[in-house]
Amino acid sequence: MSALNTYRGGPDESGHFGLYGGRFVAETLMPLILEVEAAYTAAKADPSFQAEIDYFAKHYVGRPSPLYFAERLTEHLSEGDKGAKIFFKRDELNHTGAHKINNCMGQILLARRMGKTRIIAETGAGQHGVATATVCARFNLPCVVYMGVEDIERQKPNVFRMKLLGAEVVPVTSGSRTLKDAMNEALRDWVANVENTFYIIGTAAGPHPYPAMVRDFQAVIGNEVREQIQEMEGRGPDTLVACIGGGSNAIGLFHPFLDDKTVRIYGVEAAGLGLNTDKHAASLTGGRPGVLHGNRTYLLQTDDGQILEAHSISAGLDYPGIGPEHAWLKDSGRVDYVSATDADALDAFQMCSKLEGILPALEPAHALAFVKRLAPSLPKDHLLVMNLCGRGDKDVFTVAEALGTEI
Amino acid sequence: MSAPETQREAGAQPSRLERRFAELKAQGRGGLVSFTTAGDPDFESSLDLVRGLPGAGVDVIELGMPFSDPMADGPAIQAAGLRALKAGMTLAKTLDLVRRFRADDDQTPVILMGYFNPIYSYGVAKFLPDALAAGVDGLIIVDLPPEEDDELCKPALDAGLHWIRLATPTTDDKRLPTVLANTSGFVYYVSILGITGTRTASADVVRKAVERLKRHTELPVAVGFGIKTPEQAANIARVADAAVVGSALVERIKNGLDKNGKPTPGMVPDLLGFVRALAAGVRKARDG
Repeated sequence: MSALNTYRGGPDESGHFGLYGGRFVAETLMPLILEVEAAYTAAKADPSFQAEIDYFAKHYVGRPSPLYFAERLTEHLSEGDKGAKIFFKRDELNHTGAHKINNCMGQILLARRMGKTRIIAETGAGQHGVATATVCARFNLPCVVYMGVEDIERQKPNVFRMKLLGAEVVPVTSGSRTLKDAMNEALRDWVANVENTFYIIGTAAGPHPYPAMVRDFQAVIGNEVREQIQEMEGRGPDTLVACIGGGSNAIGLFHPFLDDKTVRIYGVEAAGLGLNTDKHAASLTGGRPGVLHGNRTYLLQTDDGQILEAHSISAGLDYPGIGPEHAWLKDSGRVDYVSATDADALDAFQMCSKLEGILPALEPAHALAFVKRLAPSLPKDHLLVMNLCGRGDKDVFTVAEALGTEI
Repeated sequence: MSAPETQREAGAQPSRLERRFAELKAQGRGGLVSFTTAGDPDFESSLDLVRGLPGAGVDVIELGMPFSDPMADGPAIQAAGLRALKAGMTLAKTLDLVRRFRADDDQTPVILMGYFNPIYSYGVAKFLPDALAAGVDGLIIVDLPPEEDDELCKPALDAGLHWIRLATPTTDDKRLPTVLANTSGFVYYVSILGITGTRTASADVVRKAVERLKRHTELPVAVGFGIKTPEQAANIARVADAAVVGSALVERIKNGLDKNGKPTPGMVPDLLGFVRALAAGVRKARDG
């Protein structure tokens, strides 16, 4: 097979990225999925929809987020004539503290166009739940967030934030009681309430059109980076790095650059206690293709096709699947998928806090852990952009516990 | 409007499922479809139970293939799947269970219901001949809508298995032909919006829905989701070709377990007693 002309052409009409993606949902949901697709196609073609997104992105979310030259980190990771110039795309400075709101704003504006009057969402770390609760408060729509009881325990501050924002947080006790089970419960709710309810999926996964739609809403990250680095350095980036759970922040950064052949792209999965253990969340590195939550993608699963529990210190990466476009980008070889352990991420978390005065969320701390490995071997004029997709305030309890500190 | 038995060769021997629905029609009654999860609470008890179902009046046996993430199922069937998985159930063992049932019963149709991933993992090319050889008659795969028919539906029909599709209240007249196109054996009408074992639809709503389906297809229509008592089953059997009872059976299995999750000696007899009551309800539904 000849090389692809473009890596940006997916999905096809039926929502497939090569083997991956698709619409693996119950018949009850199918008419609604088709309705969402039609509504999104119409909205994309309507300049007033983009204008509305742009307005709220600027005045409510606080976009564009800065591209920041991490000077001290660059210095720290330089040796002799080596050491890439490291930039952070500061999506942790968005309203609500993560990239998640880019997607929520797009989806709630679509839900409003469709006349939906009730919003549901799933959340792992709570960042997507907070972002959804936030836009629901802003647009006065009732909001129900499904969250595994394990995650509720790990992310108490976000649970309280959601409640303050007026959302109902429903504890999920089924299965492994984490993000995948929260997604099952949200789908069950949706099946029962299809007529008035819009499901704001938090990552670039799920049945078509969600993976493409969420990617489009997050692509603002990469599009801004392209302009900002041009302005700062007079040229484009050499390397992009982002962490991957479901993969929405990563696809948002990567997608605009997929056809820039000289740009090296790395997605960093959570290796938990190590890839050689059964406690990790690296579905691309440690899983194989399967079907879950509406799409075919790489999954952590048993020989019998039962879905395994994922593990990561970061609740936001603790998911046994991954967005289907990443699965395809892995197979096509365009993006390199690597991993970082809990311990790597904790080190990077502390390094960033002390060197740059920025507490990163544990999710991008995984990306940073890889930057720490990669940057010292690269030339000094090499421009490396890492997506700092969330802030770490929500993680201070987890980090304190991991470090054996009482607060 | 006719919806032919797609893919099945004209003049081929009628399948167990077709024969069964023809018998029901000849008897002038609606049928009873039972749903239990294969391997719940363990392989041997599940097999005992399934072996007892035809004698207790079940016309079609539907067996759930346990899956870790059953998105369209309510708490009762979720729990049943987890019990079976915990007891070591696999897709291969589900086929083995059917094979062992089939050794003594070559008449009662057996339908497998579940989610695609375990089959995808097993391999479609291997699964279809294995399922046929075990004596499976048809498949209901919840997360394979018509949009994904190339995955398993078409290969299954080509192999000679029935492909039973769910139609729901959200399947409008425009979409119905798409849903019925590759459906065979019977149509499973999901009478409520929602997951298994939660709400119950009124007989009047169900009658209208069945009438609508019948305008689009000559296939038998079975109705399920939320049928819990002999009376409800009778009400459904009055207006549809069969009533499916699932969560209520699975709940009884759970109630028949001791505190360690092991089946008590009364579990299977109690369940079969309940099935007899359901079957009696269905059988006299259209009398008088």
